[in-house]
Amino acid sequence: MQPAELTAIDIVTAVRQGDLTAVQCTLAFLQRIEAHNGSINAFLHVDAAGALATAERIDKRRSQGLPIGPLAGLPVAVKDAICTADQPTTCASKMLAHFRPPYDAEVVARLRAADAVIVGKTNMDEFAMGGSNENSAFGPVRNPWDVTRAPGGSSGGSAACVAADMAPVAIGSDTGGSIRQPAGLCGITGLKPTYGRVSRRGLVAFASSLDQIGPMARSAADCALIMETIAGHDPGDATSLTGGVPRYSTQLDQPLAGVRIGRVPEHFAAGLDPEVARGVEEAFAVFKAAGATVHDIQLPHAKYGVPTYYLIAPCEASSNLARYDGAHYGHRATRRDEEGHRATRRDEEGHGTAPHTPGAFESPLVEMYCRSRAEGFGPEVKRRIMLGTYALSAGYYDAYYAKALRVRRLIRQDYLNAFEQVDLIGGPVSATAAFKLGEKTNDPLAMYLVDLYTVTANLAGVGGISFPCGFTKSGLPIGFQLQAPALGEGLLLRATDRFQHLTAWHQRRPKSIPSAGPAGR
Amino acid sequence: MNASPTAPFTTIIGLEVHVQLQTRTKLFCGCSTQFGAPPNTQVCPTCLGLPGSLPVMNRQAFALALRAALALNCTIAPTTKWDRKNYFYPDLPKGYQISQFDLPFSSAGHLEVVDPKGAFAPRDVGIIRVHLEEDAGKSMHDEAAGTGDTRIDLNRAGTPLCEIVTQPDLRSPQEARAWLNELKLLLVYLGVSDCNMQEGSLRVDANINLHIPQPDGRIAKTPIVEIKNMNSFRSVERALVYETARQYQEWQETKAEMGSKPKQTRGWDEPAGITRGQRAKEESSDYRYFPEPDLVLVTVDAAQLAAVQSGMTEPPTELRKALESRWKISAYDSDVLVNQGRELVGYFEELAGAIGEGKVASNWMQQDVLRTLNERGGTIDAFPVTPAGLADLIRRVTAGDFDTSRAREIFAEMVTSGRSAADVVATLGISAVDDDELLTLCHELLAANPKIVADVRGGKEQAAAGLIGQAKKKNANVNPGKVREKCLELIRAMG
Repeated sequence: MQPAELTAIDIVTAVRQGDLTAVQCTLAFLQRIEAHNGSINAFLHVDAAGALATAERIDKRRSQGLPIGPLAGLPVAVKDAICTADQPTTCASKMLAHFRPPYDAEVVARLRAADAVIVGKTNMDEFAMGGSNENSAFGPVRNPWDVTRAPGGSSGGSAACVAADMAPVAIGSDTGGSIRQPAGLCGITGLKPTYGRVSRRGLVAFASSLDQIGPMARSAADCALIMETIAGHDPGDATSLTGGVPRYSTQLDQPLAGVRIGRVPEHFAAGLDPEVARGVEEAFAVFKAAGATVHDIQLPHAKYGVPTYYLIAPCEASSNLARYDGAHYGHRATRRDEEGHRATRRDEEGHGTAPHTPGAFESPLVEMYCRSRAEGFGPEVKRRIMLGTYALSAGYYDAYYAKALRVRRLIRQDYLNAFEQVDLIGGPVSATAAFKLGEKTNDPLAMYLVDLYTVTANLAGVGGISFPCGFTKSGLPIGFQLQAPALGEGLLLRATDRFQHLTAWHQRRPKSIPSAGPAGR
Repeated sequence: MNASPTAPFTTIIGLEVHVQLQTRTKLFCGCSTQFGAPPNTQVCPTCLGLPGSLPVMNRQAFALALRAALALNCTIAPTTKWDRKNYFYPDLPKGYQISQFDLPFSSAGHLEVVDPKGAFAPRDVGIIRVHLEEDAGKSMHDEAAGTGDTRIDLNRAGTPLCEIVTQPDLRSPQEARAWLNELKLLLVYLGVSDCNMQEGSLRVDANINLHIPQPDGRIAKTPIVEIKNMNSFRSVERALVYETARQYQEWQETKAEMGSKPKQTRGWDEPAGITRGQRAKEESSDYRYFPEPDLVLVTVDAAQLAAVQSGMTEPPTELRKALESRWKISAYDSDVLVNQGRELVGYFEELAGAIGEGKVASNWMQQDVLRTLNERGGTIDAFPVTPAGLADLIRRVTAGDFDTSRAREIFAEMVTSGRSAADVVATLGISAVDDDELLTLCHELLAANPKIVADVRGGKEQAAAGLIGQAKKKNANVNPGKVREKCLELIRAMG
């Protein structure tokens, strides 16, 4: 078997046992990236030299009999919203096109400390705003199962690179479904942990109260391995949860007998693609066969999830993205008259001539702010900044933001009530399999509905996992989602792992990925 | 209403004071708060607002803020939260300030100011709220370069800042200044802030308007003006005096009342001695406050409050009363001593304890120690004469070894040389003059000055003063009072 087809667990085992060197493994994935990134566009930056240097260090340490970390030699791709001190962090935005953080995000630091090999930074929707990866300033990611289709988003690059065997593991972030939905559309396994389980420090904030980092891999077992490294309290993140991290990997093989899985009938209402519905129902049958029981439950306020999310997230985003103003770092608009700037000012003073574009801006500072932001942000980011700014404005706050917070509490309560009756909630990840690139780009509301089944977990702060549970007739993956009470990652991973022992959907690979981009880049 | 007999209106003043807390590190990161470092050297990803950075609350800053609020008699909220105040400015790198909006950690307090000379009646000023927030950086507009460039120093960004908002309870500029002095004294005593206005660790904005009784009995209220840009308490008083007159004149010209126009902000122009209107646009900001999602709620329990309370020293008001009763000194004296700070009070109490007398110690403190400190500069901690050393000197005066003016010379020498009273006395050849020596000296004086003796015998006792100067020349150590007394006694004995 080629190293690029191995699971994360196989890789770390092989490296530890000396059956595979970290360099061999890294090279294998770098070759996959070289062969296929042109058509998939999953990576915005590949650090071949840095990755190989890290791999060599690990091999040397091992050969000298020195201890190596639990992820030694494992190539990991990191979403470009997560800071890396040695690689750019652009958030797929022109605003941060040339930004290099002076520090590693906590998750990256933990991965490095565990001797993982950071191979590169993955494409995404700009500032994680989107569900198709078409909002990247650096071109869309293409779904490895069908390059005319979207991989989902916002962690589309992370999902596609795993699906295309360009990395065994990727790190994503999930604010309203951004790990689970692309994992579902790309046929891989993605875990959004409980809010606060993984440190957000170094994750470029989109909506701080919803953002959560998590692993994306080919199986629940691989996600469990990564979680053992990245989860846990970080005193540098005030919202980080305290408490120890279980050895998820060692608990995976416990049977599901007696586990109660909730099924929400509303999930199967109009709008859900029949092929997806069939795949999801078959997954419930697999869980039953594994010993779990399935019960219909109610989440009465879930139907307000999308509108609630699209108030809270843009409100926080409007504030989180205020720092990108051109003053300190990031994109700054050049003045139209930059060359003649000093001379013009002297002329103005000398002859009292009118300044350029009279009346357009109240000061050169405001002009710099406005033009830097106008040039640096893409349309979806601007739309959400405007939505959030409006909703937080005096006179609108109570009607929008404050009301959204109240609904959020109701949704959270729905989950608490539901989890008194069941241990997990199952259902679809998204209403359809991967859609065509461009299909929804002119209809922002249709695009927002791709988050229908995923946003409520973020609003409630609970964890969720998505994994493949079948394929459409045209060969596209169908995703299944499980959600658990707070800190229920162990059960999510275990249930998914049991499912993956009874099915082989997660082992399917896209047949042929074009070597060059359909339209190039 | 208490319109003064000289002014046909009552002045209504409320203050908004920002004080930087005396913490070693910033409110939400570990950067130093030391003043005066080269620009942008005390910064990190968090206070620079870099992408992905997160704030973590400095518990020491919160404890100091609690101390300030308790000393201002505020109610402490059991739970408080942080909010974001959103606005764009280059010295605000995140585009928002972490502050407190609708649930400040403390509210409803008060602080009284009393003038011991009775310049105004004691005034208990209500505190609406005290909240904690992060300071912004500094913008320096480099006009000199001729380019209109602005330089940004973010060393200050993130320094913990307490905002104290008073009720409009002050009734004159003089009261406002006195109250600010009292507030500063309190905060310095408690170690909450150094309150150094030059370094910007204390900043004041004032709100002022006039209540003008009308012939029909109605009270006309002039529009409220907020005055900014005052860099000393003296400026605050001057600006308020100016603004009082300006508002009264404006009232007479326009009869404009509160509500007829939005609250105006005026900047104090110190050299010109006037307030100037600022652009109305700056006032109509919508800060779009919302709860800071990067921070968690802060809870304050009884144990925590008790710990803060037990770590607090006596505030100035209580200390003044304590000094009055412990040392039997006047309210005026205790006010002077306490206003000089905790360390000077410590010196005084040590001195008073050593000589067993408050009033004498207080006089020495005010007339000699304070005067010397003023002349030499420096703090009482570094004062060259210790309380024990000064007590030794005072005891020698009380024993009649020498008079007070001689003692002052000795004191001056002790200050300059840092030596003890005994040492100085020995060096200067100062020693107590015994009774025999004194008698011999007086006899010599009388023999040498028959005219003075005749004058005194003729009833002009004041002529004896001529003997004192001569006595000093003969023996610098004699006590002039004793010389005078002994000479008069001898002359009277002549019959």
